[in-house]
Amino acid sequence: MNAPVLPAGGGCRTAPVLKERGQREVFCGLTGIIWLHRKMQDAFFLVVGSRTCAHLLQSAAGVMIFAEPRFGTAILEETDLAGMADAHTELDREVDRLLARRPDIRQLFLVGSCPSEVIKLDLHRAAERLSVRHAPHVRVLNYSGSGIETTFTQGEDACLAAMVPVLAETQARELLVVGALPDVVEDQMLSLLAALGVGPVRLLPARRIDATTGVGPNTVFALTQPFLGDTHAALERRGARHIPAPFPFGEEGTTAWLSAIAAEFGVDAATFAAVTDAPRARARKAVEQASTALSGKSVFFFPDSQLEIPLARFLTRECGMTAIEVGSPYIHDALHGPDLDLLPAGPQISEGQDVERQLDRARAARPDLTVCGLGLANPLEAEGLSTKWAIELVFTPVHFYEQAGDLAGLFSRPLRRKSLLHLEAAE
Amino acid sequence: MKLTVWTYEGPPHVGAMRVATAMRGLHYVLHAPQGDTYADLLFTMIERRNHRPPVTYTTFQARDLGSDTATLFKDACASAVARFQPQAIIVGASCTAELIQDDPGGLSEALGLDIPVIPLELPSYQRKENFGADETFYQIVKALAKETPRTARPTCNILGPTALGFRHRDDVEELTGLLSDLGIGVNVVAPLGASPADIVRLPAAHFNVLLSPETGETAARWLEKTYGQPFTKVVPIGVGATRDFIAEVGDITGLPMKIDESRLRLPWWSRSVDSTYLTGKRVFIFGDGTHVAAHARIARDEMGFEVVGMGCYNREMARPVRALAKQYGLEALITDDYLAVEAEIERLAPEMILGTQMERHIGKRLGIPCAVISAPVHVQDYPARYSPQVGYEGANVIFDTLVHPLVMGLEEHLLTMFREDFEFHDAAGASHHGAAAVRPAPQPEEQAPTSSGGSVVIWLADAEKELRKIPFFVRGKARRNTEVFAQGKGLQEISIDTLYEAKAHYAR
Repeated sequence: MNAPVLPAGGGCRTAPVLKERGQREVFCGLTGIIWLHRKMQDAFFLVVGSRTCAHLLQSAAGVMIFAEPRFGTAILEETDLAGMADAHTELDREVDRLLARRPDIRQLFLVGSCPSEVIKLDLHRAAERLSVRHAPHVRVLNYSGSGIETTFTQGEDACLAAMVPVLAETQARELLVVGALPDVVEDQMLSLLAALGVGPVRLLPARRIDATTGVGPNTVFALTQPFLGDTHAALERRGARHIPAPFPFGEEGTTAWLSAIAAEFGVDAATFAAVTDAPRARARKAVEQASTALSGKSVFFFPDSQLEIPLARFLTRECGMTAIEVGSPYIHDALHGPDLDLLPAGPQISEGQDVERQLDRARAARPDLTVCGLGLANPLEAEGLSTKWAIELVFTPVHFYEQAGDLAGLFSRPLRRKSLLHLEAAE
Repeated sequence: MKLTVWTYEGPPHVGAMRVATAMRGLHYVLHAPQGDTYADLLFTMIERRNHRPPVTYTTFQARDLGSDTATLFKDACASAVARFQPQAIIVGASCTAELIQDDPGGLSEALGLDIPVIPLELPSYQRKENFGADETFYQIVKALAKETPRTARPTCNILGPTALGFRHRDDVEELTGLLSDLGIGVNVVAPLGASPADIVRLPAAHFNVLLSPETGETAARWLEKTYGQPFTKVVPIGVGATRDFIAEVGDITGLPMKIDESRLRLPWWSRSVDSTYLTGKRVFIFGDGTHVAAHARIARDEMGFEVVGMGCYNREMARPVRALAKQYGLEALITDDYLAVEAEIERLAPEMILGTQMERHIGKRLGIPCAVISAPVHVQDYPARYSPQVGYEGANVIFDTLVHPLVMGLEEHLLTMFREDFEFHDAAGASHHGAAAVRPAPQPEEQAPTSSGGSVVIWLADAEKELRKIPFFVRGKARRNTEVFAQGKGLQEISIDTLYEAKAHYAR
């Protein structure tokens, strides 16, 4: 039912992968806190780390968030590094203070960082201790967002994976949709699933702690984000079953994603068509309008969020682009396989990064559009290469039908802008 | 362990990056985990630099910790030197690498490179960004500067400007012009725009101009001690400070100082009648020590403001800022805790804040206008236009900067005269601030009754109505003053009489 057509010349699932090690121009997993704290409105993220961690969090967002945010950094000082027992006492004190000042907080995440991992500060033990101390009002969990263990979006993965063991056990046949989405997009998705007659639908992460998200052997789950490998494994350990599918980017991706769920829940073709025909047509039209500037252009992805493979699939199949290189920090076949099947053979698939070598390849290929991190964008623009900052793809609503046109627009705007500006000096 | 929400300064290795990025022909090999590369975007996005900072990160991961991070460092160092061919490298560790104690200095020494290798020891868990920049620049100067004959004509070096500095790009240009008018050439500007070869010939100058004590003072002191180069103590920000600076340069060089002040507009702009309304505006000043000290003088002596509070976030400047505050009859606030600054501003209820990006947010929350006068700042404070802080043009720029957030003088009178007119309703705001026109009418300060210090003072309906007739931009102050007055008198209720008694009590 509505299965996407496989590329005539074969896909990329079995293509050789260029694996590189070297300098990585990526954020660490702490960055996920910027969107996770907006998503979970009763949660506070306490990073146990250094001044660098605090500085990253306020710099990576691009802007400081007005008012007191629901995240902060407990900065380790010389005295904390001297003795462990001391650090735990200090942490307890800071948490007590924080929770006293913010009675609205119901979930506290202790987030490990590079320094806390290196000095082996046991945050799991701290979370257990603090959970007992602040129960039942506050639940305390821990995960690592450290750069030595997580790349950018893996921070969300680590956070969600840490929530899986404490989800209630259920025997119910339920669909669990996993991945933090902006509320507006999540609501669109829920109404599509409701119209298909799929349910009950539970969400991870839920917006608030008292939501009824459970997991068990009859749970099937769908991922909305391609970077949730550990969460995928944790859910399987709880007996849940994954519904593999391409990710819901663009008209085709959204249809394939919904279609996989519809097949699992026995939705008939007529119902599927009745629910999706109108938004599919809208999405196609929107993508067509937004992608005129993209058609026939080449794209080069630097590794950043693990969204690269599904997005390359969207740009090549729905926007008429050619991919030169698709770099991803990590590639999981179970997650990325369905998108790799659809991505027409041709581009270099790369995993990991040696940024200098990759820049050499990009400069040699001179792609029409380069998707890269904020540190590289302006320098590449100065070399005459149009760029799309990858972080916007994570911060902006881009999933499902109604955002398909916006997603194409994010990529076409730099090209449109380039064609609009006439700044060269007169000859 | 200390909980931090926002931080004024980054870690010390970011200070080292500010020096490396400011220079040419220098490369920084930084032992750091994945993720520390975020710092690149400070330069490429916030400052809009069109080149990557010259920094190679070793990017070690958890799996490397068990094996050989030292080899990783050596490989990264060797390949960075081969690829970028710098004249010199600086090597160091970020906070995490400091914990694994690989000794980047020793490792790079062992590579036997044929360029100078300058090791940095920047204690990440004790010090911060400004220290990192100051220490890095000092180490570079100490390692590279060579005895060089003094130039024939009188010259100086300009020390301290870095990448991500507050208006350093334009300050260097303005200062170079000012010195040129005084008949003094600039030998080297450093770190901004200098190469290692330029650092070698620093001792050729007759003296040093210390533009940014935060990032250049240790190097200036070392050059004074080692090569007998005196350095200027006055940072020429503001009219008075610029004149003092010129006098200081005269003392150092023994040359007659003749300067054309025809471009200087601040004094007349400040004396002209429209500026009458600036009189006694209560301002709170917070930022780095240098800019706070400069702006305290400008605020009081050149704008006619009343300085009601001041402080700085960099402890290195605590002593001079404390001493200065005392001269203003104030206790300086020395803290890097954003929440403490916010609480102090809330308590003092100034009419304007002169601060950093952080205070701009505080001001937004409290409804107090804020002019940004010091790092840390965001992308909008790296303007395309020429916008120095130092010298005469700097003074002109500062006048505009300090006046812009306020309602203009004539407009303030009109607002008072026509306050019943629907087009002059409170939420309309100042005419030159588009965004204020949509400001939601109910301000948090408008809620009554107000409780403070445990006792509740009730505003009677008539008094509340009268209060609403007072222009919005002074109403908050009128409300607070009246409440404080009422509490002082032990009153439970505020009537119209109380309001006007308080007004008379506080009349200046």
